[in-house]
Amino acid sequence: MPRETRRVRLLVTPEGVPLPLELADAGQRAGAFILDLLILFGSVIAVSIFLIYVAKSIPGQAINHVAALLWTIGLFLLRNFYFTWFEARPRGATPGKRALGLRVIARHGGRLTLDAVIARNALREVEAFLPIMLMISSLATHGYDTLIVVCGLGWTAIFLFMPLMNRDRLRAGDLLAGTWVIRVPKRPLLPELSADVEENAFTEAELDAYGVFELETLEQVIRQAHAPAVATVTYTICQRIGRQHWSDDGGPRDIAFLQAYYAGLRGRLEQKLLFGKRRADKHDRS
Amino acid sequence: MAISLPFRRKRDAHLPDGGIGAPARRLDPLPSAKFRAEREGDWRRLDDLLNRAERRSAAALSDEELLALPTLYRATVSALAVARETSLDRALIDYLEGLSTRAYFFLYGVRGRIGPRLRQFFRHDWPAAVLALWKETLGSLLLLVAGTLAGYLLVRADSGWFMALAGGMSEGRTPDSTTQQLRDVLYKGGTDGLEMLASFLFTHNAQMALMCFALGFLLAVPSTILILMNGLTLGAFLALYANHGIGGELVGWLCVHGTTELFAITLAGAAGIRIGWAVAFPGRLSRLDGMAAAGRQSGTVMAGVVVMLFVAALLEGFVRQLVTTDWLRFLIGGAMLVVWLAYFYGPAGRRR
Repeated sequence: MPRETRRVRLLVTPEGVPLPLELADAGQRAGAFILDLLILFGSVIAVSIFLIYVAKSIPGQAINHVAALLWTIGLFLLRNFYFTWFEARPRGATPGKRALGLRVIARHGGRLTLDAVIARNALREVEAFLPIMLMISSLATHGYDTLIVVCGLGWTAIFLFMPLMNRDRLRAGDLLAGTWVIRVPKRPLLPELSADVEENAFTEAELDAYGVFELETLEQVIRQAHAPAVATVTYTICQRIGRQHWSDDGGPRDIAFLQAYYAGLRGRLEQKLLFGKRRADKHDRS
Repeated sequence: MAISLPFRRKRDAHLPDGGIGAPARRLDPLPSAKFRAEREGDWRRLDDLLNRAERRSAAALSDEELLALPTLYRATVSALAVARETSLDRALIDYLEGLSTRAYFFLYGVRGRIGPRLRQFFRHDWPAAVLALWKETLGSLLLLVAGTLAGYLLVRADSGWFMALAGGMSEGRTPDSTTQQLRDVLYKGGTDGLEMLASFLFTHNAQMALMCFALGFLLAVPSTILILMNGLTLGAFLALYANHGIGGELVGWLCVHGTTELFAITLAGAAGIRIGWAVAFPGRLSRLDGMAAAGRQSGTVMAGVVVMLFVAALLEGFVRQLVTTDWLRFLIGGAMLVVWLAYFYGPAGRRR
């Protein structure tokens, strides 16, 4: 799988095995944040409607007080602790981040502590909420004022574009808390391709035509099973190893042939690998 | 016969049936495929445990499963190391990398359950963090005192300053108010809507404190201004009441919650200053590491500040309105101050 190596950081586990961590890019971060904002606004509206409904349906003055109390506290908690609550949990991600397969980790893979999560989310106050609230409140009290809107947007823009200005895609909160946001997509365990294929004796010369790069490409072609691609690849391989094969234009017959060749090639390359020879691609003559 | 081996999968639907006529001979499984088949069960089990634990919390797993997690994780990581050296199945290696990463962060990434974490916070982390910030706290306190003095002197000299300094906090109190009106605010008390008052005070103050902390990122300039402004308002009120000769009563009124609230605001300012300082003068650490260290330390302090402000709001919203005896007010305020000082600067933060 081709990876963009600029955003990959290596973490060596205590067991001594390096794990590649892929930093989330700016688009994913922004997407997650917008999702979270929508969820926040949605829940504020839902809670408000619910409380109004309850206050209206139950007679008496006391219930109004309770509703107002719940609303004030609830709004405060949502605004300040929505992000903190979710990121402090084992999954380390808000619902928005989870939807995009992201999570928060301590830089260099250490423990993500509660204080770091608090610090990184307290800064959202300055990055996003303060200018938004300022603009809304000034709009409400003085009407539209270009200067305030421009200042508010300019302020937000400085923080908004901060992740684009450093290699690790850190926003101010990440800088302060020493955190990274990485991608941990859930990958399914794909079926084993070499299992259950027909014995289709290829000679060693035929199997020596390709290296690891071609093997991995072949794996992708078989897994995607896109008929034109399968037909083309089948034709190319037959040409290269000089074999007669009656093609059915990317149908089951071609796929069976590719699978058989894949199994043979992988067996051959893995055998060489055990002897310390890794043939990178077809140009590698070692 | 190879077909009877346990790791044989069911045949995929899209694969052709075994040739025309006589069934073709099957290829013996590759060593790497055998390797995978032997361990696949463990990986799937780990995957399943992680899914369940991440969806809710570690409490979703039984003790037995919790104990199995590290073992499964280690098996998976070592399988990944072996697979990298012996297998050329890209999809398998990608899967193992993803699974190991998830398991790693589940095991090493967060610190256990919420209960022990909270206990640790109150027993050690919070006082220790406050203790470590003593220099900044002192600076923040000096700013507050300087602001108060300035506000006091300004309003004593010319009561016209009062409205400019007190702003929205005046609650109808102006330099033209009579002594009786000023006194009423302090003692009228009442029991109506106290919980509303408390919740408003808490959310408002906590919001300001969090902002004071966050603004520290801008080289602490806005934080120090906020602290000074706070002091100015306080000083203006003191002067207003002192002009009418009831300054002592005002101090009693403020004292109930003020010792807690002003302490909390001082700490929030200190946290802001700490961050601003780390941004401006990282010292021996790199700027990035310096900021991270400062952020974590002051993050702990801020969590505590929110707790303090909650206590302060309860004192302000309920106790202050219900207790109208001066000496009792002084006693409560003083006792709170002693409790906080003993907690932060006593043995709690120095343990370990």
